[in-house]
Amino acid sequence: MMPLDATILSPSRLALRRLRRDPSALAAIAVLALVTLACLAAGLYARHVAHTDPFTSDVAAAITLHGQLTDIMQPNDNPLHLGLTPIGPTWSVQYLLGSDPQGRDVAARLLYGGRNSLLISASASLLCIAMAAVVGILAGYFGGFVDAALSRMMDIMWAIPVYLFAISLSIVTVAQDLHLGPITIASDNLILPIVIIAIVYVPYAARPIRGRVLSLRHAEFVTVARSLGVREARILLRDILPNVAPTLIVLAPLVMALAMLAESALSFLSIGVQAPAASWGTIINDGQGLIYTRPMVAIAPGLAIVVTVLALNVLGDSLRDALDAREGDR
Amino acid sequence: MAGAFLRRLGQTVFVLFGISVLVFAVFFATPGADPSARIAGRGASPETLAAVRHEYGFDRSMPVQYAMLMKKLFITRDLASFVDRGERVIPEVLHAAPVTMSLVGGAAVIWVFASVLMGTLAAATRGSLLDRVLMIAGLIGISLPVFWLGEVVNLFTQSRLHHSWAFSWVPGLGYVPFSTSPIGWFKALVLPWCTLAVLFVGIYGRVLRADLVATMQEDFIRTARAKGLSPARVLLRHGLRTSMVTFVSLFGLDFAQLVGGGALLTEVVFGLQGVGRLTYQALANLDLPLVMATVMYSAVFVVLANALVDILYAVLDPRVRDGR
Repeated sequence: MMPLDATILSPSRLALRRLRRDPSALAAIAVLALVTLACLAAGLYARHVAHTDPFTSDVAAAITLHGQLTDIMQPNDNPLHLGLTPIGPTWSVQYLLGSDPQGRDVAARLLYGGRNSLLISASASLLCIAMAAVVGILAGYFGGFVDAALSRMMDIMWAIPVYLFAISLSIVTVAQDLHLGPITIASDNLILPIVIIAIVYVPYAARPIRGRVLSLRHAEFVTVARSLGVREARILLRDILPNVAPTLIVLAPLVMALAMLAESALSFLSIGVQAPAASWGTIINDGQGLIYTRPMVAIAPGLAIVVTVLALNVLGDSLRDALDAREGDR
Repeated sequence: MAGAFLRRLGQTVFVLFGISVLVFAVFFATPGADPSARIAGRGASPETLAAVRHEYGFDRSMPVQYAMLMKKLFITRDLASFVDRGERVIPEVLHAAPVTMSLVGGAAVIWVFASVLMGTLAAATRGSLLDRVLMIAGLIGISLPVFWLGEVVNLFTQSRLHHSWAFSWVPGLGYVPFSTSPIGWFKALVLPWCTLAVLFVGIYGRVLRADLVATMQEDFIRTARAKGLSPARVLLRHGLRTSMVTFVSLFGLDFAQLVGGGALLTEVVFGLQGVGRLTYQALANLDLPLVMATVMYSAVFVVLANALVDILYAVLDPRVRDGR
């Protein structure tokens, strides 16, 4: 049953109200805000709390811990004390989560890496949905040949496993700088992973958008607009786009979640974010060799990914419920 | 039905052609990047570059280059790695395939059983605490990076808890062929199976629940209930059977993608020498022919598997079968 006062609210106000009353949505938004703020404060943390430069390696460093001068690189636990292992979590201000193999503060790198992970996944999500919207709206609205051509193109792209597709595009661009006429894109430019991840998820996002437009095409208000002689471009912008918006909004956090996982995978395979820059994926890669001795190096960024991606997925689910009247009123 | 079959076949051929062109374009026609430099690998000598240019015919027109590459991939099958010139790419891929098949096959068994159980339980107890817990668990499964999960599994089973009673049976990382020792094969793979399955249990469990909840509101379910069938029978025989349609078509696509190399991250973390691991090694020294070959093979596999699923549908679905 629809509550009586709901009838006088606009759909977007109604959706916002549903969202405000959904505790899991609020929790997800709070988590995302917290993670973002923490990552934005990376510079403050590195400079004023940890007193470290998380981008230069310094294996000879030593810190004062419990009143004692302690080396960052410590002798191994084996009987002969051969080889060195970076210091583990100190749980104090310096090297809170320990050091990576190059003597860099993992906690500080985690915050800096988070910036890149968030930036890449958010930009990739927006770019992907923008491209998917163009494809989906054109295919759904014009139908016929346009639809057939675009849909087959999406089929072809979707047949290549997403990660393999992303890997192929990355390996092509990571080997050397790209020269596009007068523009040169350095192989470590963050634009590359953003564009690559956006491209590989276009078929995923375009399908529901096309479906929505398909059902709108024969809606009465569109037929009326057309019979009144309104231009196609105007119909697309004024009638179709606003009605597709809820689909786009629901997709945004879901695609961002997928993009964050894809980014971490590419960076883990060392074809995403390039050193000395960090992302959560590159830090997991740094910690791979230390997994049995200093597991925190790999565990911490992984937990950061899980928490963020989970919050994005919860938010996407809540948005879907809030924006879909049939679901929300049940 | 013959018409539909032929149309599907034509579509498949078209998509296969499209994929080969797309993969070719990604590797050889990306604007602004010299393909011979990439094939030759990092820091190749000018002689190697010249050899590459000649062998691949990069001075020729694009269609000719495309045709030559397809010939090397599918007809003469002598595409060679450029890092190790004697290494033929296609035998390598075929050699690695059984490992990947073992990994994906076992994981698929786990994820199908677990997700059907999870989705059905959640739908049957819709709105209850159990339903919510299962759905949140599914969401967490979807949010885990598989390579990280694998490392955490290794941390506990290989190191921290390896000497406890629970995990003392876990062998070191790596693959044991089934023909060498079936038990060793099982022991080596059971943790990778579970790790790979987690994501799919989450996806499929949630999809199945949503589908089941929608199906249970259909008219034929009301009819079944009105006939006096027990709730369990209505849910399992009538509801679940109908809801399995989406499940099966999802399964076809995902299974094929994984066999084609999508399980790369799991293979890397668990040290399994499968197709994905081959790709990973090729990545380290930018050995393009290997990566390209695995991508091409996996896409072909996905398309063929999809066509097969569709044809199976046509055979199974009475509406299509009888030409209605």
